[in-house]
Amino acid sequence: MVQHITKPTIRHPGMRRNALGLTRRDYEGSMSTLCAGCGHDSITSAIIQAFFELDIPPHRAAKLSGIGCSSKTPTYFLGESHGFNAVHGRMPAIASGASAANRDLIYIGVSGDGDSLSIGLGQLCHAIRRNVNLLYVLENNGVYGLTKGQFSASADVGTKSKRGVENRQRPIDPVLLALSIGASFVARSFSGDKAQLVPILKAGLRHKGFALVDVISPCVTFNDHESSTKSYVHTREHYREVVGADFVPPAEEITAEYAAGATEGIRMHDGSLVRFHKVEKDYDPTDREAVYAYVSELQNEGEVVTGLLFIEESTEDMHDGLGTVDTPLVELPIDRLVPGSGELAALMRQFR
Amino acid sequence: MAGRGLDRTNDFAFKIGTVNGTGSASANGLIMQSIFRMGIPVSGKNIFPSNIQGLPTWYEIRVSRDAHTARTPHFDLVVTLNPASEQRDIAEVQPGGYVVHDSSWPLEEDRRRDDVTFLGVPMGQMCVEAFEGARERILMRNILYVGILTALLDIETDVVKGLLREMFEHKPKLLDSNYLAVKMGYDYAKEHFDCPLPLRLARMDANADCVLMDGNTAAALGCVYAGATVAAWYPITPATSLMDRFTAFCERYRKDPESGKNLFCVLQAEDELAAIGMVLGATWAGARAFTPTSGPGISLMSEFIGFGYYAEIPAVIFDVQRTGPSTGMPTRTQQCDLLLCAYASHGDTKHILLFPKDPNECFEMAVTAFDLAERFQTPVFVLSDLDIGMNDWACRRLEWDDAYVHDRGKVLSAEEIRSLDAFYRYVDPDGDGIAARTLPGVDPKGAYFTRGSGHTRLGRYTEDASEYLEVVDRIARKIEGSVRNLPEPEVVERRGARVGIVALGSSDGAVREAIESLAEQGVPLDYMRIRAFPFHESVDRFLAEHELVFVVEQNRDAQLRSLLSLETGANRRLVSVRYYGGQPLSAHHVLEGVLPELERRAVDGEGAGERGAREAGRDTAAPEDAGASSSRVGAG
Ligand SMILES: Cc1ncc(C[n+]2csc(CCOP(=O)(O)OP(=O)(O)O)c2C)c(N)n1
Ligand code: SF4
Ligand SMILES: [Mg+2]
Repeated sequence: MVQHITKPTIRHPGMRRNALGLTRRDYEGSMSTLCAGCGHDSITSAIIQAFFELDIPPHRAAKLSGIGCSSKTPTYFLGESHGFNAVHGRMPAIASGASAANRDLIYIGVSGDGDSLSIGLGQLCHAIRRNVNLLYVLENNGVYGLTKGQFSASADVGTKSKRGVENRQRPIDPVLLALSIGASFVARSFSGDKAQLVPILKAGLRHKGFALVDVISPCVTFNDHESSTKSYVHTREHYREVVGADFVPPAEEITAEYAAGATEGIRMHDGSLVRFHKVEKDYDPTDREAVYAYVSELQNEGEVVTGLLFIEESTEDMHDGLGTVDTPLVELPIDRLVPGSGELAALMRQFR
Repeated sequence: MAGRGLDRTNDFAFKIGTVNGTGSASANGLIMQSIFRMGIPVSGKNIFPSNIQGLPTWYEIRVSRDAHTARTPHFDLVVTLNPASEQRDIAEVQPGGYVVHDSSWPLEEDRRRDDVTFLGVPMGQMCVEAFEGARERILMRNILYVGILTALLDIETDVVKGLLREMFEHKPKLLDSNYLAVKMGYDYAKEHFDCPLPLRLARMDANADCVLMDGNTAAALGCVYAGATVAAWYPITPATSLMDRFTAFCERYRKDPESGKNLFCVLQAEDELAAIGMVLGATWAGARAFTPTSGPGISLMSEFIGFGYYAEIPAVIFDVQRTGPSTGMPTRTQQCDLLLCAYASHGDTKHILLFPKDPNECFEMAVTAFDLAERFQTPVFVLSDLDIGMNDWACRRLEWDDAYVHDRGKVLSAEEIRSLDAFYRYVDPDGDGIAARTLPGVDPKGAYFTRGSGHTRLGRYTEDASEYLEVVDRIARKIEGSVRNLPEPEVVERRGARVGIVALGSSDGAVREAIESLAEQGVPLDYMRIRAFPFHESVDRFLAEHELVFVVEQNRDAQLRSLLSLETGANRRLVSVRYYGGQPLSAHHVLEGVLPELERRAVDGEGAGERGAREAGRDTAAPEDAGASSSRVGAG
């Protein structure tokens, strides 16, 4: 029987602490109940690392998800954050409503390729369009893990299921989709490349607006066999990082040393910097059309294109567009919201 | 009909048939408001098509010195301005009544009737001569009939002029042409007809404490006064105007004086699934949030509604009911979502429903709904309908008590959280079935995981039978316990009554009128208007104390009767009376359903109500009455 397993809280005196005096352990959740080797667990670990390194007070974050193996993972990180396991494919609506009510919390949403690209495709697109301030992690394994391995909408043409059935339908690619409908932050990574994933997650958390991070995350139980294009082996073979990114928080900027080849940076809303390195020739992560063309061309050749592929920091997020006050709505006392008896009496005269 | 004596002053009904999209709405509103300002009880029903331009539309006005506000299909006068509906309009006039028509063109012979008086006015021609341009001519023809009716019905001209002045305060040119059109119609009628008709108006003083308002406006104000800050929706008739009004009121009352920014957030979602998700996200985070919708929206929201019920998240849902099933008739009214809402979503669920009868209750129950949703941490439905929501009602002025304390329910503050050893989301410390909740962002100790999957009282995932049962049984207790806090039924008793009538919502006016008419005929009936679900215990008592109870409702399948049978076990005495043709309920629908059964009882002797089921006779007079039926059910 699947049960809640609490982790023992043993602290090593020598454990690294962040600016809040918290250890990485303070960002963990309960023990994972996923299959050993599941890509999703590696992503959980990267998420923990990102929150820890950004010195985010856990209770100022809210973690949301849909339904699926991937969507279970919020229990495995940020044990001191409120969590919300929504219904299948509808996490973006929960995030939009929660963000409407309390714009000051840091929202992370975790979803799967089934949750995002089939049942929840509409909600994903509209959350992008609304530009709700949310880091959206799509844990992409090409199958429905939780319902035992049916193809998802991200399955590539020609990929075979464990039982040998070939997928003939064209995939919906979340990166190209997001680019085409105006997403302001689009990245792809791999559960097996934590060094790449953590800075991307950090930048996504600091991005003002919707940040889509598609993470290839092999399902060891149903989709890690030889003829699968979402296996560890296939992903590693075709892995191509077209742009590397470092995340530099505001305070560290002056002292940080950058790897050779580091190029331009993008200033984030909170003053931090995303610095690009290892950029392929002529790649400009701020040029939407060019990024789209480049990524789709490489993908057509069978490459798994990764990196912080596109970023636009100047867009309006949901609240900018709506003109909401800076104070979170939940913090407004009710007497600021109720006009009072005099106003109502005055209004009634207009209905005579 | 009750109250129809020889004197027809302030006691008649008329209707105006036009083409939708031609601007007749403001002319009709002008007439309605003028009568209202003359202090006469008046009700207006806008019978409009699901279409933007070009289809027949009617506005029906009933004046009733006895304050009967229900719709009546017995028209004493029609103004017919739409060739497409002319034949039907003329056929619908009561014998002895009047037809006002545009005599710019001759009336076709087959439309003539000997038993009504035709009052022809060359309206089109007059407008062509007096006004420039097609648009203005069409618009002014509407105002022209306002002038004609002013003379025919003796509407006070000062009142009409006063209203026009208010309407066009800043548009003097429009004011002039409107004045002119009214005068042209008025003068023509005075000159050619014997004005006023016996159907005439005379000032009363019935509306001193009243306003003219639709239920959606009142509900929107209720949301403002409840302190709702987040509203999510997907447009749907007849709920759209609720959100339009909410937004407009927020623009007026909810601007931060310093920054000019909004103290509210209106989200137009991609569909109703998202709309209810947004509401749940917002209330989970601590805001008061709602969504207005209609039947199709509730169908889409169902999965999330069950989530809200099980994960115990507040939500306020306005279902402004329209005619189903499916898309049905979007601009016609019904009470057809009772069962859908009572048990919305899969698995064992039961929801709190409130049934406003008019705009006053839309306002009050909107505020109550937010309190209940937060107190009981569950979705709460306000079941209004198109008739209440979109028609103008002369209702009591809305009032607000500044001493009102909003019930925010059991939400722990940061201090309260810190004083705990540990916080567990679904532990009920005091036995009322309600566990305390915490809001995200307040304190790390208050963190918990919200899920729609099986969970323990500690808030953890489970597949264990007893842990599961502990939570769902507590939720059942919680909802049952909410009954004490719900609006109580309204009961009107009459001496000697052994038969009762039960109804809810917008059926009230028609039922009361029918009861009065029966009382005049020496048949006393007790009346109970149910205002909430789950039912108050007084509902059981009412059913038990009467030999026979008629259940009046506006749907085909006797949904209220089913709910009463399911939830009270008193089904033997319930006789269903239904009208579901989509027009607002009329007293005659009630009478036609009730009378045959009462007559049979009189013939068979007392206790006939206990006998086997059989069809009672029915009368389908007018085409829109085709849905009226009455049948004995549930016996034997
Ligand atoms: C409305 C509804 N339909 C179907 C399901 C069953 N279901 C649960 S998870 C899932 C697919 C999840 O796939 P994905 O999002 O890719 O997550 P993964 O398990 O692969 O991480 C489905 C179909 C459900 N929970 N709800
Ligand atoms: S079934 Fe696949 S996705 Fe689910 S936990 Fe196992 S490996 Fe991960
Ligand atoms: Mg998957």
